[in-house]
Formats: sequence, C-alpha cells, structure tokens
Amino acid sequence: MKTNIANSGSEKTQSGRPARFNLADWMPKIVLAPTMLIAIFCIYGYMIWSAVLSFTNSRMLPSYKFVGWDQYERLFNNDRWIVALTNLGIFGSLFILICLFLGIMLAIFLDQKIRTEGALRTIYLYPMAISFIVTGTAWKWLLNPTNGIQKLMIDMGFENFKFDWLTNPDMVVYCLVIAAVWQASGFVMALFLAGLRGVDGDLIKAAHLDGASTFTTYRRIILPSLKPVFFSALVILSHIAIKSFDLVQALTNGGPGYASDLPANFMYTYTFTRSQIGMGSASAMVMLGCILAILVPYLYSELRGNKNEK
Amino acid sequence: MKNNSTARNTSGVTKLLRIALYSVLLIMAFFYLMPLIIMLLTSLKDAEEVRNGTLLSLPGSLNFDSWSKAWSGACTGSTCTGISPYFLNSFKIVIPAVAISTLLGAINGYVISLWKFRGSNLFFAALLLGCFIPFQVVLLPMAQTLGWLGIASSTTGLIFVHVVYGVAFTTLFFRNFYQSIPGELVKAARLDGAGFFTIFYRIILPVSTPIIVVTVIWQFTQIWNDFLFGVAFSGFDSQPVTVALNNLVNTSFGGKEYNVDMAAAIIAALPTIVVYVFAGKYFVRGLTAGAVKG
Repeated sequence: MKTNIANSGSEKTQSGRPARFNLADWMPKIVLAPTMLIAIFCIYGYMIWSAVLSFTNSRMLPSYKFVGWDQYERLFNNDRWIVALTNLGIFGSLFILICLFLGIMLAIFLDQKIRTEGALRTIYLYPMAISFIVTGTAWKWLLNPTNGIQKLMIDMGFENFKFDWLTNPDMVVYCLVIAAVWQASGFVMALFLAGLRGVDGDLIKAAHLDGASTFTTYRRIILPSLKPVFFSALVILSHIAIKSFDLVQALTNGGPGYASDLPANFMYTYTFTRSQIGMGSASAMVMLGCILAILVPYLYSELRGNKNEK
Repeated sequence: MKNNSTARNTSGVTKLLRIALYSVLLIMAFFYLMPLIIMLLTSLKDAEEVRNGTLLSLPGSLNFDSWSKAWSGACTGSTCTGISPYFLNSFKIVIPAVAISTLLGAINGYVISLWKFRGSNLFFAALLLGCFIPFQVVLLPMAQTLGWLGIASSTTGLIFVHVVYGVAFTTLFFRNFYQSIPGELVKAARLDGAGFFTIFYRIILPVSTPIIVVTVIWQFTQIWNDFLFGVAFSGFDSQPVTVALNNLVNTSFGGKEYNVDMAAAIIAALPTIVVYVFAGKYFVRGLTAGAVKG
C-alpha cells in the first residue's frame, strides 16, 4: 500500500532539480481518466439524476417540476407496490434460506471424498451459467397445471394431485422461489466448497485426534471458520433477490394479475409502459436504499478487515 | 479402531451413511438435471405428443422440426423469423462488449494495483459500488443519454451500456490478480527505462492469461444472459436473444407450441452452456472471485 512508484516526478523536485512536466508520470492518470469519468457520471451522476426525478411530477417525459415527497407517498399508497414489496420479502427470505441450506449441505456432502465429485459439482452448478429467461421458460412449462408436473402425477395414478401454484395468486410467488433456488443454490455450494477446501487441515486432524466426531468437527470448528463465506453468500443472494427481474418476466410476467410482481418489475412497468417516470424513479430509489442497507455494512467490515490484515 | 468389534460395527454404520449420502447427492443431481432433460424431451416431440403425453413420456421418433422452426420460423411478436437473427444480434453485442471491457479492466487493474496515485484507491472503492447498484436506478438516465448520443435502440448503444457497467467487474478481477505482482518488478523495469505501456505489454500481459480467461468467460456469460438492458435499450433490429426468447414464449398467436418454446430456450442457452462445459473451472473461479473478494 505504501510503495508509491508513480511519484518519481515529485522525488525530482525534492532533490533540487526543477520539476517539469513528464508525460510518463501522467500516463496512469490519463489512462484511468475515461473509466473514472464515465463511472462517476454513469453510476453516481445517474443515481442523483434518478433521485431528482423521483421528486418531480414526471410522467411520460422527465419534467423538473418538484413536488417533494409526493411520488413516494403515492408509491406507498399503491397496492401494486405493496404487493411487490411483500413478494420481495417472502421470495427473498425463502430464496436465501433454502439456497444457504441446500448449498451448505451439498458442499459438506461433496466434501466427504465422493468418487464422482467432479461430475456432481458440474451438474449442481450448470444452472448458474444459464439466463434467468431460459430458467423461467423451462419452469413455466414444468409448473403449468395443464401439461406440467400436475398432469404427470395424475397420469401416474395420483388422481387428486393438485399443483397449480403458477395460476394461483396466493401461491405463485413460491414458483419464483423454486426456479430461483434451482438456479442459484449450486453457486452457494461452490462458494462453500471452496471455503471448506481452504480450512486448515491440521485443525481438523487435531479435532479428530481429540475424539471429536465428524459432525462435531463441522459444527464446532469448520463451519464457524467459514463465517466470511457465509456473509458473502448472504450478501450476494440478497443482491440477486432484490434485482430479480428477468425470472418474473419469463416465468409469470407478474401474473396472475400482478400477484407475482417484484419491485424491479414494478419499476420497469411504471417507468416504461405506464408513463409514470416520477413514481418509477421513486421505486428505483427504494430498491437502491435496500441494497445499500445490506451492502454498506458489509463493504465497511470487509475494508476494515483488509486493513487489519496488512 | 483399536477394538475389532467396534470397528466392524462402525464400518456397517459408515456404509449405511455412505449409501444415504450418495442417495441424497444423486436425488439432488436429478433435481438440477430434470428441467434440462424435460426441455430436451419436449423439444423433440411433435405437437400431438406434447398435447397427449406427459412431461416424461418419450418422443415417438427423433423429430427436429421444432428446432428448425425455433431457429428460423417461429414468431416473436409480429415477425416470424425464428430466433436466429437475434442469436446473431447477441453475438454482435457480446463480442465487442467483452473485448472492450476486458481490455479496459486490464489497464485499470494495472494502474490501480501497480501505479497507485493519490485517490486511486478511493476511485477503486467508488467503482466497486458500481458492481452492486440495482440497474433500475440508471435505466432512465441511460435511456436519455443514449438518445442524446444518437445510439438509442442500436447494437452500439447496447455495447456501450454493457462496457460501462461491466468495467467495474473486470477492473475488480484484474486488480485482485495484479495485487500479487511485486511492485519492485515495475520499479526495476522503470529504472531500465521501460515506459508505462512497455511494462504492461512486455511484463504484465504475458502473465495475465489465467485472469483474462476468467474475465472473458465471466463477461461473456453476464452479457449473453442479460435481459434488463436488452429489453430496455434495444430496438426492433438489435434485440438480443434473451429478449426474443421471451417474446417468442409470450406470443400466443396461433396457439402455444411448447416444443418450439423449449427448442428456442435450449438454443438461447447453448453458448453459455458450451462455455461452462468446456471451461467450467474458469467460470467457477470467476464466480467465486467476484463473490468472495467483492
């Protein structure tokens, strides 16, 4: 961190020679400048821009007539937004919990010197390489009551089998959970498996010598040492949940009605198809707030942790 | 282990546990594979078989009609060209976007880890946040900007957007990789008279192959699978394959053809699956690097 090799220019001044403009010294800054400018404009500038729009009465086109917190008030009085937020709560917590559970379980199981580990790992993780649109299309077909799993079970002889969550407004959000877990749980497995492989082998040997069972070793020694992996997984999964848009679009298109809308879909619909730019921007700001609430403490602890290491 | 009878007893229990373990692992493997298998089966059936059969019933004969229809005849919205033009669109977007964002990421990472200057770390932290913002926040301002730049609804516009929001990740990858290169190396090269680009080109780039592979694969997967930018910023002629697939599936004109939908979905997923199968190791490395370090 301390070696500052780009500063040879100022060294010269210190040694008494006149400072002169040296292109080589400026090169790093010149090279970084385009990214810097674009990033600052397209990330922070746009954030502010959206924030500004959320306080205006913009409808089909952006306008800059300020109306204070009106859009936020309208937003939280909007039934569809409340449904989307509630769905995010249900979808997000179930998705995160099930992914963590499955991912940790599979990682530990795969860590037991399984002969076909490589193949199994490949199978568990491949959904992560696929677009949520493809996932949505596939599960739409599987979950659809007329031709999908319900029909399969009925034809197999379970005549009263009912599995119509996709068309049931009260249950449709669980369809999102199923498909999203299918896609992302293998990723949690990969994270934890990498973590397990990084645990100090001597520690485990010592525990075994002390007579600890495999189960106890995992519970008391290995898993606690994976806390950082756990938090990374938690942050990434909540991030995926809050940003979920494609999956809803492909699997349910928000329906039936708007029963399976998530905030990202609400934002898109209101901004681009319903000409409610002000309210759309307000909803985007709420999403940003959710992500920052998760991210800032995480990044803070990460950066502080890094500093302590060095 | 010292006592013989307990050893036999334990090994019996262990055997049972192993069987249970393998069963769980295999059941889960089935859970992950099932949708893909069913998609494949469905895509090979004809309309009659789809209507009368169940998910797991086998097609009577290998019938690739729905594949050719998905590729070149199925209707997405109001046009019936199949998904092939959009498949090509995706490549037209992905190839330049991946190349530019990877190159920029390499140079940025090189500066941030080996040519630190006052504020470069702060900039990196600021960029890092860009990996995580919900893109809903930038959609509308970006739509306006693209309009001003005259590249709205075009392939160029989409390339631009993917580069802008991909650079945060690529910089992160390269920066973490270059962190392990000793600063003395660059110092020594400078004393020998090598300049900024010479050092990058002659010393840094030759050792960067692994991280370049990881970054290219990561970016390829991300951009190929993107839907949000595609649907928000593409025009009629520049739609990527994910958007076309979604339109195709939601077009009910002339009755639903699930076999065609499934064939189209597999076609849309094929490039990333191929990459995953052949370079899975690097894909996983990208996923975990982006995750753990980010």
